[in-house]
Amino acid sequence: MAGKDLSRRAVLGAGAGVVAAGTLSAPAVFGQPTTTIRCGFWDHWVPAGNEAMRRLCAQWGERNRANVVVDFITSVGNQNLLTINAQAQSRSGHDILSFPTWEPAAHQRLLVPVDDVMQRLTAKYGPVTPAAEYLGKQGGRWVAIPAVSGTQLKPACVRLDLMQQHAGLDMRAMWPAEDRAGPGADQWNWETFARAAEACNRAGFPFGLPMGSFTDAVDWLGALFTSYGANVMDERGNPTVRGNAKLRAAVEMAVRISRQLPNDVWAWDDAANNRALISGRSALIFNPPSAWVSARRDNPAVGAQCWTLPVPSGPEGRFVGYLPYFWGIWNFSRVQGPAKELLEFLSDRASAEAQTSTSAGYDIPPFISMNDFQVWATEGPPVGTVYNYPIRAHHNARTSVAFAPAPPQMAVQAYNQALNTKLIARIVQANETVDQALAWLERELNTIRRGG
Amino acid sequence: MPADGTLAAPVSAAPRASSLQRLARRRSTIAFVMTLPLIAVIAGLVAYPAGYAIYLSMLNRRMDEFAWFLNYEILVESETFWLVVWQSCLFAVTAVVLKALIGFWLAHMLHHIPTKGQRKWRGMLLVPWVIPPALSTLGWWWMFDPTYSSINWLLAIIAVPPVPWLGEPWWARVSVIIVNVWYGAPFFMIMYLAALKSVPEQLYEAAAIDGATGWQRLRYVTLPMMRNIISITVLFSLIVTFANYDIVRVLTNGGPRDLTHLFATYAFQVGILSGNIPRGAAVSLFMLPLLAVFAFFILRGVTRRNKEMA
Repeated sequence: MAGKDLSRRAVLGAGAGVVAAGTLSAPAVFGQPTTTIRCGFWDHWVPAGNEAMRRLCAQWGERNRANVVVDFITSVGNQNLLTINAQAQSRSGHDILSFPTWEPAAHQRLLVPVDDVMQRLTAKYGPVTPAAEYLGKQGGRWVAIPAVSGTQLKPACVRLDLMQQHAGLDMRAMWPAEDRAGPGADQWNWETFARAAEACNRAGFPFGLPMGSFTDAVDWLGALFTSYGANVMDERGNPTVRGNAKLRAAVEMAVRISRQLPNDVWAWDDAANNRALISGRSALIFNPPSAWVSARRDNPAVGAQCWTLPVPSGPEGRFVGYLPYFWGIWNFSRVQGPAKELLEFLSDRASAEAQTSTSAGYDIPPFISMNDFQVWATEGPPVGTVYNYPIRAHHNARTSVAFAPAPPQMAVQAYNQALNTKLIARIVQANETVDQALAWLERELNTIRRGG
Repeated sequence: MPADGTLAAPVSAAPRASSLQRLARRRSTIAFVMTLPLIAVIAGLVAYPAGYAIYLSMLNRRMDEFAWFLNYEILVESETFWLVVWQSCLFAVTAVVLKALIGFWLAHMLHHIPTKGQRKWRGMLLVPWVIPPALSTLGWWWMFDPTYSSINWLLAIIAVPPVPWLGEPWWARVSVIIVNVWYGAPFFMIMYLAALKSVPEQLYEAAAIDGATGWQRLRYVTLPMMRNIISITVLFSLIVTFANYDIVRVLTNGGPRDLTHLFATYAFQVGILSGNIPRGAAVSLFMLPLLAVFAFFILRGVTRRNKEMA
């Protein structure tokens, strides 16, 4: 044994090794998280919206022994777009990100296909709304999952008293907080809408419809165009402006309505229409319930008279502006499997209802079967004011994305350059003829098409 | 000193140095080593971003293959782009001229008030320049707000009808120029004040003895003495104003009908918002030749005057 005597140094070294091994293995031994998923979700307008996401992620992390790190990235100043582009350029960053409307198509090559997740979800909950499929399914594959948090619709939010008094329309009776359409609902079309706009403008309460370059403006006009079947580009990216009678009819209606709006709507941003409603100056806007929520807080008398109802219908049907978010997984993520599981969990019915309920009904789930959450029936005052915010079966409505069905990589350019509102502005503000304005639109679309 | 410009000691006093040591002792080597940090900064923060922007601008929209000059061709043929070029020139030139005139006038006013009170006025007049522009522009936006404009509220008191500051194209252009002038005039003021203080008092005394009027003193003494500083400040301001982003982004977002877009806001709209980064890069790079023309003429004037003075 003489040769195997342990020195003091060897004993200390062995002891340190044992301690180090024990310490390093401790997390696995005691059930600590072994996987870390980094998520960058949209920073919700409604503060409680973030808390719901954080809670759901923590819940999933506990169940799956994963550490879910959640960052909330604001869309103020387009911070989320800058983050997405920076991460796409550097091929590093979060594992999961919230992608606004057009971004899944723009970054499809860097996103992990999620057909397997969507297959399981649609098997459980039925089809998603068609506009979500247009934006999220590229080249026949789902590149991102339509998100609940942040997704909004833009139906009409009217002042019941002003519409009754000046336009003679009982909007609550027309669209009650029930699964049925009331008397006159079948006449709720753009013609009725234009007459109501004229009446309310005469009375000093013009409709608050933005005509600038922000999303609220592009979306409401996009819904009007779609309801007339007025596509400006086909699925292959060819402009369809020349000799398009449907487009001309839609333009004439849009011009007629915009002549009844305040003279500064050409500069309105996405908050200006909310302010018009909340201040009591406007009889109607197109917006998610956030405007009503602010009115309830800041001007309760106005909030108590607000009622959300479907967009008017056109010759080709009823369409409502849809502005979704998507959850996507970068292909440089090292935890793609767990990330998919997390997103599947966030998309299930219970999680979706938690997100929608904490956002006072703002968040719209992508699955049509989920348009019956309790929160939309109970929110008020007046109770039921947002009952018709999600698309109900009796609305006979579909979601609309302006400039669809053009290929998303072209539609996004037309959308962000607000070609539809500029078209109307050229006629109403710059006094161009319809033909001149349409010729300009065709040139712009050709420029977009040329660059691909 | 040896003919090769080294700082070496006499050869006889030390063992023969290796070629590496000789290289290290050369003045040119030392100069190069001392400028290395600056070269690294310029390479990393100027040359690399510029080169990368040029590279990006030559890619296709998906950024997966070279499109060479296609993005530039498309821009040259685009009506909206030429609108942006014209608007950028109008904005930059008008704003810089107004800033220079107002700055010059303010500097003169300040120069002629007693030193005791001058510091207070100088501090107050510098306030617009020290507030972050995104923040102060937000304040202006509230004043121009389409629905609740405080300026319109004041106009209403004297029975002037409300002005659609941001909704009507020409008013929108005027609004963004007003804000830029408000923000930038103090910079001109402080530069011109410094230049005024450096004009020798004897020149004015001599002019007074010759019976020069106030206008003649300004025309033949002050302006010639300030010409270089005026040129440099105008060039500097032109570059900064041309590349302005925040004022238009906050006030008008380029509207109505793209009639207030500048290069930077249009590049952001095309590159980031519309997902066409290569074309956005091409829009940004179009600023370069325009600014180079301005810089060439202004700097040529400065060089000529320096030679004349020498």
